[in-house]
Amino acid sequence: MKTLVWVEHDGKTVKDATLSAVTAAGQIGEVHLLVAGHGVDAVAAEAAKIAGVGKVHVADDAAYDHALAENVAPLVVALMADHDAFVAPATTTAKNIAPRVAAMLDVMQISEILSVESADTFTRPIYAGNAIATVQSSDAKKVITVRGTAFAKAATEGGAGTIEAVASTGDAGLSTFAGAEIAKSERPELTSAKIIVSGGRALASSEQFHALIDPLADKLGAGVGASRAAVDAGYAPNDYQVGQTGKIVAPEVYVAVGISGAIQHLAGMKDSKVIVAINKDEDAPIFQVADIGLVGDLFKIVPELTSKL
Amino acid sequence: MKVLVPVKRVLDYNVKPRVKADGTGVDLANVKMSMNPFDEIAVEEAIRLKDRAGVTEIVVVSIGEQKSQETLRTALAMGADRAILVVSESKVEPLGVAKILAKIVEEEKPDLVILGKQAIDDDNNQTGQMLAGLLNWGQGTFASKVEIADGKAVVTREVDGGSETESLTLPAIITTDLRLNEPRYASLPNIMKAKSKPMASKTPADFGVDVTPRLTTLKVVEPAKRTAGIKVADVDALVGKLKEMGVTK
Repeated sequence: MKTLVWVEHDGKTVKDATLSAVTAAGQIGEVHLLVAGHGVDAVAAEAAKIAGVGKVHVADDAAYDHALAENVAPLVVALMADHDAFVAPATTTAKNIAPRVAAMLDVMQISEILSVESADTFTRPIYAGNAIATVQSSDAKKVITVRGTAFAKAATEGGAGTIEAVASTGDAGLSTFAGAEIAKSERPELTSAKIIVSGGRALASSEQFHALIDPLADKLGAGVGASRAAVDAGYAPNDYQVGQTGKIVAPEVYVAVGISGAIQHLAGMKDSKVIVAINKDEDAPIFQVADIGLVGDLFKIVPELTSKL
Repeated sequence: MKVLVPVKRVLDYNVKPRVKADGTGVDLANVKMSMNPFDEIAVEEAIRLKDRAGVTEIVVVSIGEQKSQETLRTALAMGADRAILVVSESKVEPLGVAKILAKIVEEEKPDLVILGKQAIDDDNNQTGQMLAGLLNWGQGTFASKVEIADGKAVVTREVDGGSETESLTLPAIITTDLRLNEPRYASLPNIMKAKSKPMASKTPADFGVDVTPRLTTLKVVEPAKRTAGIKVADVDALVGKLKEMGVTK
C-alpha cells in the first residue's frame, strides 16, 4: 500500500497537523507526501526530514498558492494513479479538498479517523463524539482524513525523503482567492497547545473575556479557547471556538471557565487529559466530565487564581 | 436565479444519542428528529437571497426515509417554493447523495446549491464538496458570508486561523457555517400554507443511481467514559491540585 499524505503548511513551514496524518498513514502503508503551493522549497525540505517519509512530491505553481480545492483536487487525483490511499489531516483546508478528490475517484471518504484497525478498517466518531463507529471500506482506493488529537506526531527529524517535482494540473478557472483575515496571536495555537483556558457566555462581555481569560492563559502559557455562545455573543473571535463545529482539542489540561458543557462543546474537548471546570451552577453538565471542579463566581475566582499561580 | 437546497432529517441536536446495546448503531426509535441545523441555515440563506440577489425559486430536496417529508414541509414553511423527496429506506452515504443531487442539478439547472457544511449525525462534512467535484463547479465551503453579483458568488469562509474570501464563477456550491445567519421560525399561517406547496416523490432508481454503501459499519460503541472527578472548596485547593499535576511550579 502506498499512501499520499497532504502536507498542511503556511507557505513557510509544515504545520503540526501533518505530523499526526503521517503517523496514521504509516499504519496503512508506505508514506509519500504532497507539498502543493507556490515557492514551497523550504516546506518541501522540511517535509523530507519527517521520520518515515519516502518520496515528497512537490507541485509548485501559482494555481496552488491558497490551496483552492478546485485547483488542488485534480492534482491529487492525478497522483492517486500511483497511490492506494490519500490521507489528510482534518484541518479546514484538507476537509475542503479531500471529499472533492473522493468524488472524482468515485470512492467514499472516511472522515476524521481515530484509529487504523487495518488497511481498510478504521474507527471514527459520530453524533458529536457520542458514539464511535468501526467502518470497513470496500473501495479500491481510500480517501481518509485524520483527527490530529488521536495520533502521536511523527518526529520532524531523521527522515530522508527524496524530493520530486510533479507537473502542475493548472488553474481550473472556477475560483479565485480574494483575501484572508488571519487572527494574529502570540499564544500557542489552539490545536497543539498543552494547556487551554476556555471561556463561555458567563464572561458576559468581550472586555471581561480578555480581562479575565487572557491573564490566566498567559500565566499558564496556555492557548485561549471559547464556547460557541461566547463566540456568537462576540466575546471572542470564531477561530477560538472549541466544539463539534469548531476545533477539536485534547490538551494536557483544559480549563473551562463559565462554560455549561453542552454536548456540542464537549465533542471538542472531552479527550483532554485533565479537565478543570469553574462554574457557579453546581449542576452544570461540565462537572460530569471535569476532573477538578470549583463551584463559584468566576469574576472572583479567576483573578484570585491568576494571582496565586 | 434558481437555488437548490438539500436538507437532512437528523436526530434533534438537543437529544443525547444513545448507542444500541447490540452495537449496531444509535437508537433512533421514538426520539425527536429535526432538520439538520446547518441545513436550516442553508434554507434561510436561500430565502434571504430572494431579497438580496434576485432569487426567483427555491427548490428543497431531501433523500431518506418517507418521514423526511416532514423536514421538507418545514423548509417550505420557512419560505422554500417546492420540494423533491427521494425516498430510500436504506441509508444513503454522502457519495450516493451527491450523485443523486448531481442528477437533480442536471434536471433543475439551479445557479446555486446551498448545503449545510455537515450533518450532525454522521459528522462527515463531505456532500457539498463531493457534489462540486462531480459537477466540476466551484465550491465555497464553511461560508460565513455570501454575496452574489455579476455572475459570481463572493464567499467568506471560516478557516482554521481566521477567515478567507473566495470568488466563485456561478453556478457554484456553497456550504454553510453556523455564523452565516440566524434561521427564522416558521409561522403558523406559513406552516398551513406549506401543506399545499408541491412535493415530488422519487426514488434513487429514478435517477439511475446505485446507492449501495461503500462503507460497512462493523460496530458502534459508546466512547470511553471519564472517571468521576472531585470538587475542590476554594482557589487555594485548586492551585494545590494544579501544582500536584505539575501544571505550575
